Order: sequence, then C-alpha cells, then structure tokens
Amino acid sequence: MSEIALMDERQRRIRSRNRALLLLLLGVVALFYLIALVRLGVWS
Amino acid sequence: MSPPALDTAAVALSRATPRDFVPAVGDYVALLKPRVMSLVVFTGFVGLYLAPGHIHPLLAAVAVLCIAVGAGAAGAINMWYERDIDALMERTRRRPLPAGRMAPADALGFGAVLAVGSVIVMGLAINTAAAALLALAIGFYVFVYTVGLKRRTPQNIVIGGAAGAFPPMIGWAAVTGDVSVAALALFALIFFWTPPHFWALSLYRAGDYAKAGVPMLPVVAGKAETKKQMLIYTLVLWPVAVAPALLHATGWLYGAAALALSALFTLCAVAVLRDAGDGAARRMFGFSILYLFLLFALMAIDRAPGLLAVAGIGA
Repeated sequence: MSEIALMDERQRRIRSRNRALLLLLLGVVALFYLIALVRLGVWS
Repeated sequence: MSPPALDTAAVALSRATPRDFVPAVGDYVALLKPRVMSLVVFTGFVGLYLAPGHIHPLLAAVAVLCIAVGAGAAGAINMWYERDIDALMERTRRRPLPAGRMAPADALGFGAVLAVGSVIVMGLAINTAAAALLALAIGFYVFVYTVGLKRRTPQNIVIGGAAGAFPPMIGWAAVTGDVSVAALALFALIFFWTPPHFWALSLYRAGDYAKAGVPMLPVVAGKAETKKQMLIYTLVLWPVAVAPALLHATGWLYGAAALALSALFTLCAVAVLRDAGDGAARRMFGFSILYLFLLFALMAIDRAPGLLAVAGIGA
C-alpha cells in the first residue's frame, strides 16, 4: 500500500514538474516574441 | 492519502538515491529564496523608475524579471554550496537540499542555467551595462560572499552586502546604459543597511551560527561588540539615506522621511544596546526590512507628481 502511495506521489510530482516546465518554455517563447516586437519598433 | 502513508513516503524519499529524487515545483521555488527576491525586485524597480530617461514598459518589466531571476539563481547556487551548514541550523534545515528532497546537482544546474539565462536575456533585451552589472552581482554573491567570505571572516556580510546592493544600480543602468552618482547612492544605502540588518538576525540566531561554525560577529566578537557596531552603522546611514535627495534624485518629501526613519532605526539600535535579551534584536530585524522598503517606496512616490497631487501635497 505504501509502495503504491509512494509511486502515486512520485508520478504526481513528475506531472506537475513537467507542466511547470512547459509553461516556463511557452513563457520564454512569448517573452522573446514580445521583446522582438518592441526592439523592431513594431510595438512602440 | 493518509498521514501515515505520507510519513512512509517521506522516509522512502529521504533514503532515495540521487536518480530517485523528484523535487516538487515548490522546492525549486524555495531555492530562489522568494522572500529575499521580493526586496531585490522592489529596489531594482525603484532604481529603474528613478533613472532619468525612458524605457518601454515591457523592457522595464523584462529588466526587473532578469534582476529577480538572477537574484534567485544566486540564491540557488548559495543553497547548493551551503547545504552542509544549512543542515546544522534550525532556520535553514528544512530547505530542499538539507531536507533531502532534491539532489545537490539539480540545485546547482538549476541555479547555473538561470544565472546564465538571466544575464543573456538582460544583454539581448536591455543593454550590456545592465547585463554586466547583473553578472557582477551574481558572481559577487556566489564567489566573493558565499565561497570566499562567509565561513572565513566576521566581516562576511559587510563586504558581501555589496551583492544585495547591486539591484537598484542594475535597474538604473537598464534605463541609462551607465552608472551615475545617484545610482551609487542607492547602492550605498543598501550596502550600509545590510550589516545592522543581518547582525540583528545573527544576535538571536548566534547559537545556530556557532553550531554551524559560521564566524558571524556575535559569535566571534560577542554580542556587546556587535550591538555597538550596529549602532555605528545606523548613524552612518543618516547621511547615506538622505544622499538621494541631496543629489536631486528625489525631492524634499523623501529627504525628510529618510531623516525620520533613520532616527527610528538608530533608536532601535539603542534599544538593542540596552536590551540583555533577544526581544529588541528581533524588533530591529523586522523594522530594518520596513525601513528599507519605506525608503525605496518614498523615493518612488516622491518622483511621482501625480501621486503627490492626489495626496494634496503638490509636486
């Protein structure tokens, strides 16, 4: 029982870490896109 | 999941090999020292706000974000290096590394990637001067303070305090591309504020520091000498705190408030000097954070004519 609980906890942590990483990567892409717009004078 | 199952999981996790570590997202956040980061972000923002010139709001936000991430990265690398002494101190033993929730290499990699990333983004999006200052601040905190000074000398936080003083200067450089005397005054304010702030903490945590072998001033020179030094630093802060007004980076409102707040800070130090217990030191530590926060908030308010007009003070 405790082994199963431990595996569940491990899987939950891996999933939440992967989601956080995905959000971070999307955020970085969006950030670079917006910086490019400002630097190019498109959005002044 | 029931509490006994959680206990079992915690025990199993503590016995895991490095490959088995699966830190929670919160552990990565804790590595960034969010409470320290909040003051760094605020002072960095005020430096950026006070600087003469114009910066696009998005680029201003990116600059503050880079300062925050750079500070967090330095904190993560600091936690990696100090994991042995963190395990010995009550205040720090529940951090992700000493608590066994994260592999040391993960923390180092996380910190290094964020440090390099924040400097690169600052350089690409803002300017070279701000990026160079950010790199200097991170390098100073990691190599000079953490590796070089902290375990060797009671002057660790006096010299090391420079690392925490960089953010307003970085914010200023993000707008102007250089460093002026007014930016140096903001640097000096945090530099001279750091010793009484940290020594107040180390007065009531002296046992912890002694146990970990960290030569903080109360451990090496005694509490009486530390209290005397704290009083001297609060007196030095009077002219330093007023300097931004004298240099016309702020107005009279800030100058008057800086004098009043510095007087209160000195009174706190006098109370610590007279107190045989820990109460006054705890109160001074709390007030020191409020002191710095209020000074920087007042600098921003003093430079916002609209806010003063709304308050009926006039600009």
